[in-house]
Amino acid sequence: MADISAGGAPQSVGNIQSSYKAQVQRRRLYGGLTILIFVVLMVSGFNIADDRNAGGFWEGLHQIGHYPADVLSEAWEKRADLPGLIAKSFPALVETINIAAVSTLIGLVGGIFLSLLGTRGLGKWPRLIPLFRRISDIMRAVPEIVIALVLIFVLGGGPVPAMIAIAFHTAGALGKMFSEVAENADLKPVEGLASTGATWSQRMLLGVLPQVAPNYISYSLLRFEINIRASAILGFVGAGGIGYELRNAMAWGPGRFDEAAAIFILLFGTIVFFDQVSSRYRNRLTEGQGQ
Amino acid sequence: MTATYLSLTKHTADKLFQRKRLIGFGIPAIIFAYLVCIFFVFDLPGLAQRANIDNAVTLASDSWSHKVHVTRDNRSGEISYAVEGERKGRYPEGQRPDWVSGDEVITIDLGGDNIVRYLPENRTEIEVPGFPLIEVQAEGRSLTSNLPEDLPDWISASNRRIGITTPEGRITLTGARTEVFNYFPGWELFWFTLDSPYHDQSLGSILFGERLDPERGNIAGAVSDWWHNKMWRHKDVAWAIGETILMAFLGTMGAAILALPLAFLAAKRFSPFMLLRASTRRVFDFVRGVDALIWTVVLVRAFGPGPLTGTLAILITDTGTFGKIFSEALENVDQKQIEGVSSTGANPLQCYRFGVIPQVVPVLLAQILYFLESNTRSATIIGAITGGGIGLMLTQAIQTQKDWEEVAYYIVLIVFMVMFMDWFSGWLRGKLIGSKD
Repeated sequence: MADISAGGAPQSVGNIQSSYKAQVQRRRLYGGLTILIFVVLMVSGFNIADDRNAGGFWEGLHQIGHYPADVLSEAWEKRADLPGLIAKSFPALVETINIAAVSTLIGLVGGIFLSLLGTRGLGKWPRLIPLFRRISDIMRAVPEIVIALVLIFVLGGGPVPAMIAIAFHTAGALGKMFSEVAENADLKPVEGLASTGATWSQRMLLGVLPQVAPNYISYSLLRFEINIRASAILGFVGAGGIGYELRNAMAWGPGRFDEAAAIFILLFGTIVFFDQVSSRYRNRLTEGQGQ
Repeated sequence: MTATYLSLTKHTADKLFQRKRLIGFGIPAIIFAYLVCIFFVFDLPGLAQRANIDNAVTLASDSWSHKVHVTRDNRSGEISYAVEGERKGRYPEGQRPDWVSGDEVITIDLGGDNIVRYLPENRTEIEVPGFPLIEVQAEGRSLTSNLPEDLPDWISASNRRIGITTPEGRITLTGARTEVFNYFPGWELFWFTLDSPYHDQSLGSILFGERLDPERGNIAGAVSDWWHNKMWRHKDVAWAIGETILMAFLGTMGAAILALPLAFLAAKRFSPFMLLRASTRRVFDFVRGVDALIWTVVLVRAFGPGPLTGTLAILITDTGTFGKIFSEALENVDQKQIEGVSSTGANPLQCYRFGVIPQVVPVLLAQILYFLESNTRSATIIGAITGGGIGLMLTQAIQTQKDWEEVAYYIVLIVFMVMFMDWFSGWLRGKLIGSKD
């Protein structure tokens, strides 16, 4: 609009009004078309998904409650056993959390290296910066399940394949987030350190990391929370932990629903607990930065 | 006076440094101790025994090469040639690979002077350079051979089964059948199976050459034969990738559509009733806390396996996540714009439309597009559990433990799919709300 009025030649109000109206109309048309395309995509996509599913959406909709109801009623009948079952599955839960914690730690270290080596102005080898960026893109793109399944075949079931798989993905994901933070880091401390003859690792350790640490820790906590979910899911495909217990309990079917219920409760409680803890610490970290 | 003050400051500074040093030393020490602990809890020392190096070698070599089986059925004397020993890869009647020759005596040239001869009456001769000629006779269920007592480690022999591994290929002999595996680099029959007329034709002759199949044009025929390739199932793979992307798309967008109105209920500024606000938030926390895994398990009972179940699992979990993010974004909107809109006499609905939505849309879109990419990965994993999409094909291919080249193919496709979605969502974000830089 601004350049029309600044065009120089005086225009009548009517002209401006009509061109404004035309513009609004065109914008509405585009907006409407976008929404139309979006709706068509959603509806046809839903129909395709519905067609290719074993059970239909509308038949399934009223059955949603059946399974939880069965599980809950059986768990309620055997509620006396529930604490015992929860205690029994607890070691598996600890394993799941351990997988998440170790893979977050390894991923954190990997992410720090990938981000520092792949950030303009910080990289040790400036020519290789695009290479490290591509590496972290690729590591991020590999879903955990791919590596986990292949490693289960080679290493056998257990926590190690899941740990490696999650750590691999975490390193890539954190590498990207970290390098966004590192891009905004102040380079003056780095220059100061360089003038004293500090090596690259000293510059990074003393000049960059103290600046970015709160953000790095905050992202890592968020990642830890995500990784707990991931390690539970990977257990379901054979890599140890609570997910594996859940699959076994489910395979038993009715009669052992109390076990499944115990695992559901444990998993739910864990996720909510770590969600709350990590969001509290993250708030504190990001608030502390403003001061 | 100043002296005591100074010494006090020094004392506090010393204390501070001591604490910092303690933290600087203590935290890495705790992490190190934890990792050492994990080292034994996860039984890493025992991993070496559990690890199956043979599996790793098969995996590494199979993922980029293929083998052709030459099999003699020792009962009927019939000889068959098949890629990967699969029926789908069998050579049509009367055709065989060009490294096999002879009629009475079948000579198989593995290359590098390794030669196997199938002689009449179930006899086999194997020539390996630097080793005396091996002769094996199969009778009923047992084997007799001229192998010496002490064998090199590339031969394993009993009177039931003999296995010989040469650098050029592998030979296994049992009473029932004699089999030679000849290895070649590359993914076999990736474009066309052996029964297709376009197999072994160069690209030029398909595009510009004579019509190979009288009934259809070359390009149409070639595309259709490739699309319906029984070995690699390109059509099914394409559908599976489509399903995975569909799950991510429908799940993310559906969640966003559901979460937006709910987020208004959960935001302090727009929802005056404390109880309603708090209960909406608890709902968000609940669906998020239950996690996609449990939702998948529950929903698959109601809807059966397939992409719809995966879609709904993503949709429900992300409704919680989006609800939380959206309501936080809504609480941070600038009041001034809303006041400005309402000063023109707009009703509350118009205030939302023109005062609030334009402020939050960039934040919302950025989140939605980020989740679209991350949900593509989740959809792969959920697909492996519910049975839909490329995740299912990958798990099946790994579980059969046979076609590692297919596994490699799927992995490459998955990585490309996720990178494509990453690029696409970034591109869309740039188009819709301007790029970040």
